[in-house]
Amino acid sequence: MTEIRLQNIHQYFDDAHILKNIDFTFSEGKFYTILGPSGCGKTTLLKIIGGFVNPTSGDLYFGDKKMNDIPANKRQVNTVFQDYALFPHLNVYENVAFGLKIKKVSKSERDERIKEALRFTNLTDFKERDIESLSGGQKQRVAIARAIVNEPDILLLDESLSALDHNLRVEMQYELKELQQKLGITFIFVTHDQEEALALSDEILVMDRGHIVQAGSPKDIYDEPLNRYVADFIGESNIVEGEMLEDGKVSIYGRAYECVDGGVKRGTPVEVMVRPEDIILKPAGEGHLNVTVDSILFRGVHYEICVLDEDGYEWVIHTTQRSEEGKKVSIYFDKENMHIMVPGEKEEEFNERLESYEGIL
Amino acid sequence: MKRVLAIPYLLWMVVFVILPISFMIYYSFNDMSGNLTLQNYAEFLSSNYLKMTLNSFWYAFLITVITLLISYPLALVISRLKHKTFWLLIIIIPTWINILLKTYAFIGILGINGVVNTIFETIGLTQIQLLFSDFAFITVAVYIFIPFMVLPIFNSINGINKNLISASYDLGASKWETLTRVIFPLSLEGVKSGIQITFIPALSLFMLSRLVAGNKVVTLGTAIEQQFLINENWGMGSTVGVFLILFMVFVMLATRTKKESV
Repeated sequence: MTEIRLQNIHQYFDDAHILKNIDFTFSEGKFYTILGPSGCGKTTLLKIIGGFVNPTSGDLYFGDKKMNDIPANKRQVNTVFQDYALFPHLNVYENVAFGLKIKKVSKSERDERIKEALRFTNLTDFKERDIESLSGGQKQRVAIARAIVNEPDILLLDESLSALDHNLRVEMQYELKELQQKLGITFIFVTHDQEEALALSDEILVMDRGHIVQAGSPKDIYDEPLNRYVADFIGESNIVEGEMLEDGKVSIYGRAYECVDGGVKRGTPVEVMVRPEDIILKPAGEGHLNVTVDSILFRGVHYEICVLDEDGYEWVIHTTQRSEEGKKVSIYFDKENMHIMVPGEKEEEFNERLESYEGIL
Repeated sequence: MKRVLAIPYLLWMVVFVILPISFMIYYSFNDMSGNLTLQNYAEFLSSNYLKMTLNSFWYAFLITVITLLISYPLALVISRLKHKTFWLLIIIIPTWINILLKTYAFIGILGINGVVNTIFETIGLTQIQLLFSDFAFITVAVYIFIPFMVLPIFNSINGINKNLISASYDLGASKWETLTRVIFPLSLEGVKSGIQITFIPALSLFMLSRLVAGNKVVTLGTAIEQQFLINENWGMGSTVGVFLILFMVFVMLATRTKKESV
């Protein structure tokens, strides 16, 4: 019903080119996360959908309806603002009632819907409270209640969890995910926190300097990042220079390895990514590369071990295996865990390449 | 150390606030020959002064309301402009000019041979007596108070979190609904300060009424002037002053903010 289509959107603020040719379709009822560092244009994109910013050029459609000239107050979209933007002169109940009063919803229906929204967000006991007396998590929930009580088709969340402390944030992530599944409406969540993006989303859009670099499910993005930027932004990674020998074979530092990627011309310089948790430590001589343990950090769930190979390159490993500094060991990784990236490759070319050898190799 | 620093201020308070008010209260219980009496209070509560009080309140009320009606939209517009500080400066500059000068300027504008009447004459209208009327009094008073009203209102509007306005649109409110339901309630503190800063001095304007309104407008301010300078009845003048202070305290209490009352 309400699919959001962005067509060739460009946004300039004075001379700054904030969004560069954004072309994307949000399908209905999914949890999307727009992920990127500050200044990448993610909040601007959200504001365009919300109606707070008019794109310099390009079109925005909700379903078949062009939305460019429809003001924010006429859109079936509600926003949870980064600072919550709760009205300080109204209490919890009145804040939630604001939208319904504007829409002249009858008193009985209004009461019913507010009760439901407060129940949904566990705020029933707080309805008479002043905004100032609430904690961060409670304010967050009021902001959500105030938005969903209007039964929007789309809910926009602008860095909505970033002001909360870690434990509360994790708790709210669960609540948000659950809420989205219950309501079944489209959530578009903006964040710079990659863990949050991975945990919450059906689909992640990774942005960099005004472009959508890559979009896909959390698993796709994590396992098959398009390039170094995405790989680094989502999770940690070891990225080494290599050269494609033939389909299913790549050379790293002059050594040939089997891999599961292909579709790249022979001799193409590539980057090979291996996630730190996919590397296994083996006794010296038994793995791919002989290395010396350089440093060990205890991270709680795992050790972060830095090793240096014989050519002096550094590898980062996340493992629960113990080791000691200075010890000579070797590292091993499965061919499935090597991911080949071609610098400069566009998302479409990348997806075509992935499809071209799917099931072959 | 803190106490030492407080001494000059304490001295200031004693010499310029506490002593004068004490004197005034003392004088208010004196008759013209210096005997203690309640006569002045009895006289004040007689019909003549009560009428004057009502008159003062009525004019102060009119001046405040008109000033507010002009200043609020003005402050709102300035807060939306690109060069707000520049426009604010334009509004504030007239306050740097002596009030007497401004008043004389108005006499020049509104006088029988003034600018307004010259224009009227040129377009074929008859000259009218603008000066020495309550119209002139209110016009000049409003003109003088506008900057004092605009400033606190502008500050409170300007201090409203922009996201609250976005949130209001987001929840479906039109521009007008946003103004009445979000911006106005949140700028109420500024409005209150503006009312205080206008209403209280407007209660006791006397120079303006003398110069611009002639004898058409009689307020408590003119009464005090009359008692001190013409009748030389300091006792009665002080009594009116005491009541004026009481009224001001009352206005302050009525418009005080929530936080102060806690």
